[in-house]
Amino acid sequence: MDQLLQHLLNGLLLGATYSLLGIGLTLVFGLMNVVNFAHGEFYTLGAYAAFAALALASVHFFLAIPLAIVAGAGAGAICERLLLRPLRGQSIDTVMLVMIGVWIAMQNAELLGWGGVARSVPTPFPTQPLVLGPVSVAPLRVFVFVVSAGLILGAHLLLARTKLGRAMRATFQDRETAALMGVSIERIHTITFAFGAGLAAAAGALLGPVFLLYPSMGDLASLKAFSVVILGGLGNFAGAALGGLVLGVAEELGAGYVSSGYRDAVGFLMIVAVLLLRPSGIFARAERVG
Amino acid sequence: MRRLAFVIGLAVAVTAPLWVWNPYHLHTLIMAGIFAVLALSLNLLLGYTGQLSLGHAAFFGIGAYATALLSVKGGCSPWIGLLAAIVLPGVAGWVIGRLALKLRGAYFVLLTISFAGCVSLVSVNWMDLTNGPLGLPGVPALEIALPGLPALPLRSKTAFYYVVLLAVMLAYLLCLALIRSRVGRALVALRENETLAASVGIDGTHYLVLAAVISAAMAGFGGGLYAHYTRFVSPEVFLFTYTVTMVIMVVAGGKGTLAGPVVGAVLFTVLPEALRAATSWQWQMLLYGILLVAVLFFLPEGIVPALRRLRPEPHRRASPA
Repeated sequence: MDQLLQHLLNGLLLGATYSLLGIGLTLVFGLMNVVNFAHGEFYTLGAYAAFAALALASVHFFLAIPLAIVAGAGAGAICERLLLRPLRGQSIDTVMLVMIGVWIAMQNAELLGWGGVARSVPTPFPTQPLVLGPVSVAPLRVFVFVVSAGLILGAHLLLARTKLGRAMRATFQDRETAALMGVSIERIHTITFAFGAGLAAAAGALLGPVFLLYPSMGDLASLKAFSVVILGGLGNFAGAALGGLVLGVAEELGAGYVSSGYRDAVGFLMIVAVLLLRPSGIFARAERVG
Repeated sequence: MRRLAFVIGLAVAVTAPLWVWNPYHLHTLIMAGIFAVLALSLNLLLGYTGQLSLGHAAFFGIGAYATALLSVKGGCSPWIGLLAAIVLPGVAGWVIGRLALKLRGAYFVLLTISFAGCVSLVSVNWMDLTNGPLGLPGVPALEIALPGLPALPLRSKTAFYYVVLLAVMLAYLLCLALIRSRVGRALVALRENETLAASVGIDGTHYLVLAAVISAAMAGFGGGLYAHYTRFVSPEVFLFTYTVTMVIMVVAGGKGTLAGPVVGAVLFTVLPEALRAATSWQWQMLLYGILLVAVLFFLPEGIVPALRRLRPEPHRRASPA
């Protein structure tokens, strides 16, 4: 029983970062109709940006995370302006192939820049776990969870409460009508992509210190993000937030009770199962799949 | 003109071992041939049904492991192994095709990625069967054993080059026959407009499954050849790099054409080797990524269709300007 509680707790803590990853991907898909295969690379970028700020510029740990988000969002904005804007109106498959190209290029640029050696990010948190009754948890994981939850809440408030968020939701619902109402679609697209990339970079900066940094770390992150998005339904914000937690818990249970070697297979199997049984996502109320 | 290019290409390919003395260059050509088979197989799906498989390395890897396991652990003849390298991936392709049913576009891509991910994890974790990350050394060479004659092992690079050349021709002719048949026309109709195709009685799922089976079997055949050529198989055959390379070859060469994937395969095996002296492997992959983006921006149809458009059609030249 205690073991189960521990797995559930670990799963939730990990799942919050998966939610963060999934939300960025699902927004970009829902609003821009772009299947962003380079999503994991913004995660890697965020992790390395935080590492660079900490290890090379000796910035404080808490400042490194916002810096990483800014770096990710900046790279996302550049990517949108240079590559995605000229391709607007092209088929979704062409854009998907271009993003695959960006994925390969970014990953190997990181490999060239940082080398293949895994790196660890130093943190100011004690390694001594906090013991809460039957379960124990590392302070760093709690911090990561709190920041992730805060960012998800912030993203939700931005979408639900601000003028920008309303413009984004309007574009999501009907691009032409939104444009007629004076929404600059170009600007919304750049902001949305930068926003998604920034969230991915935040996830990277947060999970980087938990795990190790290596240039291909984004591949797994992309996979998790896609699993989350498919669980929640493409373009569904709340679905992605919940989907992340479900995936985190499912992975922990799978690794704990089945085999740790197949931990990453949980995500693959979930994708296959959801695509086959309920392709609109497990939380979808209405059909959203085109 | 087109026929001339074809004849010259064939003549160059057949005589290559006579004037390519450097064994390393011949090795590059053999790899180009194996990749040509793989690119042709991916092109069946990406070029003719319009569905992108990002799990093609899985079929390649299953083929390589099938023949390696049968000939190393099962003691079978390499030819039986090679047959299994066609049948097993074909079955896997059938499963994927059946699973995909109504999935198209991004959903199909994700299903194939997930499938490849699962297979790759199995190859690493199922130590008893696959030796895990250590791989399977000692895969035997192919050999021709006719009754009454001494066995002739195809161990030399020249011999294997001709095996691969034959395989490329077979794959090309199979694709040609398929594309010119009713099946090919059905696939193109599905790619262009599935609803319209369905309205004239083309069963989308049936043809997609068929294309997936043939494509997977061809990729598995390529994997089998690779296993008997390098004589060693490890979970690296499932590397995503293989899938990416195939995608770039097809897209850059010209998806939906038959010459495109072959041209793409030769170009993208020879070019990186030529650049090898100047650059490292990471630079090559970086260039691959940039090149994929550049091709999609500037030559969205690929090299072969762009070349064809360069010269005016003969009948157009005759017509009054």
